[in-house]
Amino acid sequence: MAVLETRELKRHYGKILAVDGVNITTNDGEMVAVLGPSGSGKSTLMRMVAGLEEPTSGDILLDGRSVVGIHPKHRNVAMVFQSFALYPHMSVRDNIRFPLVSRKVPEDEQRRKLEWVTGILEIEDLLDRRPTRLSGGQSQKVALARALVRDPELFVFDEPLSSLDAQIRSQARGELRALHDRTQITTLYVTHDQLEALGLADRIAVINQGALQQVGTPRELYNDPANLFVAGFVGDPPMNLLNLGEAMLGARPEDFVPEDESSGDAAISVDVEIEQIEFLGAEWLAYGLVRAGIPEVDSHPPRVILRFRQIEEPRFVAGETRRFVVPKSRARYFDARSGERVMPPEVAVA
Amino acid sequence: MSTNPATGPRSQGVLARIAEACDRPRVLGALMLGPAIIYVVAFVAVPFVLAIGLSLSDATVGNPNITNLVGLDNFTQVVHQEAFMLALRNSLLITTLVIVCLLVLATAATELLARDFRGKRLVQILFIMPWAMPVSLAAITWLWLLDSQFSPIDWILVQMHLLGPGGVWGPGRHLYYLGREWLGIGSLVFVDVWRMLPLATIIVLAGRLSIPRERLEQATIDGAGFFRILFRIIIPALAPVLIIAVLFTALLVIGEMSMVSLLTRGGPGHSTQVLPYWAYLKGIESGDLAQGAAIALFLFPVLLVAALIALRMAYRTQDG
Repeated sequence: MAVLETRELKRHYGKILAVDGVNITTNDGEMVAVLGPSGSGKSTLMRMVAGLEEPTSGDILLDGRSVVGIHPKHRNVAMVFQSFALYPHMSVRDNIRFPLVSRKVPEDEQRRKLEWVTGILEIEDLLDRRPTRLSGGQSQKVALARALVRDPELFVFDEPLSSLDAQIRSQARGELRALHDRTQITTLYVTHDQLEALGLADRIAVINQGALQQVGTPRELYNDPANLFVAGFVGDPPMNLLNLGEAMLGARPEDFVPEDESSGDAAISVDVEIEQIEFLGAEWLAYGLVRAGIPEVDSHPPRVILRFRQIEEPRFVAGETRRFVVPKSRARYFDARSGERVMPPEVAVA
Repeated sequence: MSTNPATGPRSQGVLARIAEACDRPRVLGALMLGPAIIYVVAFVAVPFVLAIGLSLSDATVGNPNITNLVGLDNFTQVVHQEAFMLALRNSLLITTLVIVCLLVLATAATELLARDFRGKRLVQILFIMPWAMPVSLAAITWLWLLDSQFSPIDWILVQMHLLGPGGVWGPGRHLYYLGREWLGIGSLVFVDVWRMLPLATIIVLAGRLSIPRERLEQATIDGAGFFRILFRIIIPALAPVLIIAVLFTALLVIGEMSMVSLLTRGGPGHSTQVLPYWAYLKGIESGDLAQGAAIALFLFPVLLVAALIALRMAYRTQDG
């Protein structure tokens, strides 16, 4: 267990700035997801923490001690790669023992550790197999066992679920969270998949173009995005963004309420021409064009996606135009130029 | 308009008819395979069968007809000559030594070339030079380097006081690299390694670069040092490629006679003789085609079995 802290961490590749002054501090035993699109610098950040790359400037601290310049061998950071990177010519047993053998751990301790870790991950019956004979889920467990066996201070996960089949991914997510709750090892979890980040992490650090956008709990990120990037990146479908001139109004798809069902103060009320309706089991999605209620709808009617959680069919069909309102408590405003979150404007827009 | 060739207008002209024939899989297949089959038959199968025929006859350059078959007489005669045992020993010894040196050096060179450093391109180009150089040109260079009177290597050794009066290696000023049995064999091994190293390195490097980088990084994070990564991760992953590299270089070295013919001509006596060069001397220079063929065929069964075993091993290690 440990506290990871990065201070003004920067990494250049030639002229390209891959990581641009990132400050993250974890709590002890916390699982922090680093969420960002591909090319955002999250992998570089992770590789610097693991010791595979050195920062251009800034510092990385584990429990207050700087680990910059310390060889990965001597940093007690374990990593699980996206591909799991199992050694194909070794049995599962030798794969798991490899970090112990490399660190010249005595034989009897190796055996105890192996028993302990295979018990936790329930892979006792796989020990004599070759990695090529394992399923995706089994490979993931072996990779986790190999990372866990050396008692690391810090775990670094590189999209460990994205190479699994979609059917077992949610199960694997649950198991990963259970493993973390049991071991209480501080974990940095790098992913581009917001479902993984929202579902797994205690807190999420959103990163884009090398810079940290927001750090917060999944609920904070969803309900109160700090800027337009977070608003557009977190949530599926993303937050609807409507240009009001000086400011942008953001509203989640589920925050649009048909006018006749609404009560209380409305931040905005818009006429939406429904183009298409999708049934997704527990919810409906409606795709539409805003026809009235905000400025400049005539030239570029903005597209919106609305979400309705209900069993019965919506009371409207494609082609119809309906009036929806967004309650004041649910509307979020962003500065149109900087993209940063701002307070609601004084005057309500007609 | 119909596009069906059966009902459409009959195609006219030679080209159209050829094109139509080529549409049929049987014709096209035969056309595509033809050149390769002709090549294999003309340059591999015919000479091979001819060699077997010659080795069982008493044909000479003056009378090259395979008419009078003498059974295995040629083989027994060849085996009883003094040169045979020397040539066999040297062929096997030189091949083994060359392969051992190549394995070590190619793996070391691969580790160097797989890394990024300044001037890597230049090193790569210099590295491939021995392979790109014509054999005769290389031999002239080596003949000068290893010359009995004017060898610059001798001169350097004398300057270092290792050679010459008072030197550790005797009072003489020359080592006569190509004029002594073991120095001659050593020189042949050295020059063969020098020539083969680029090819062996390129084969091994291709295998080395196909190892996923994540696997090597994982090993680093797992705490493995340079030698543990080399021997426990890289070399096991290279095993199939190394076996193929050994097989190819072994076949090239054991059948190679140009360096021997240019450097030592098998001498002094037959002390640096190898089987292919001796077969050439017997069969072409002395005109005894039958005995030459017998010598050349001698290693064939051994090589065939070795090649089959190596290929099987390569397949098996690849399975994991």
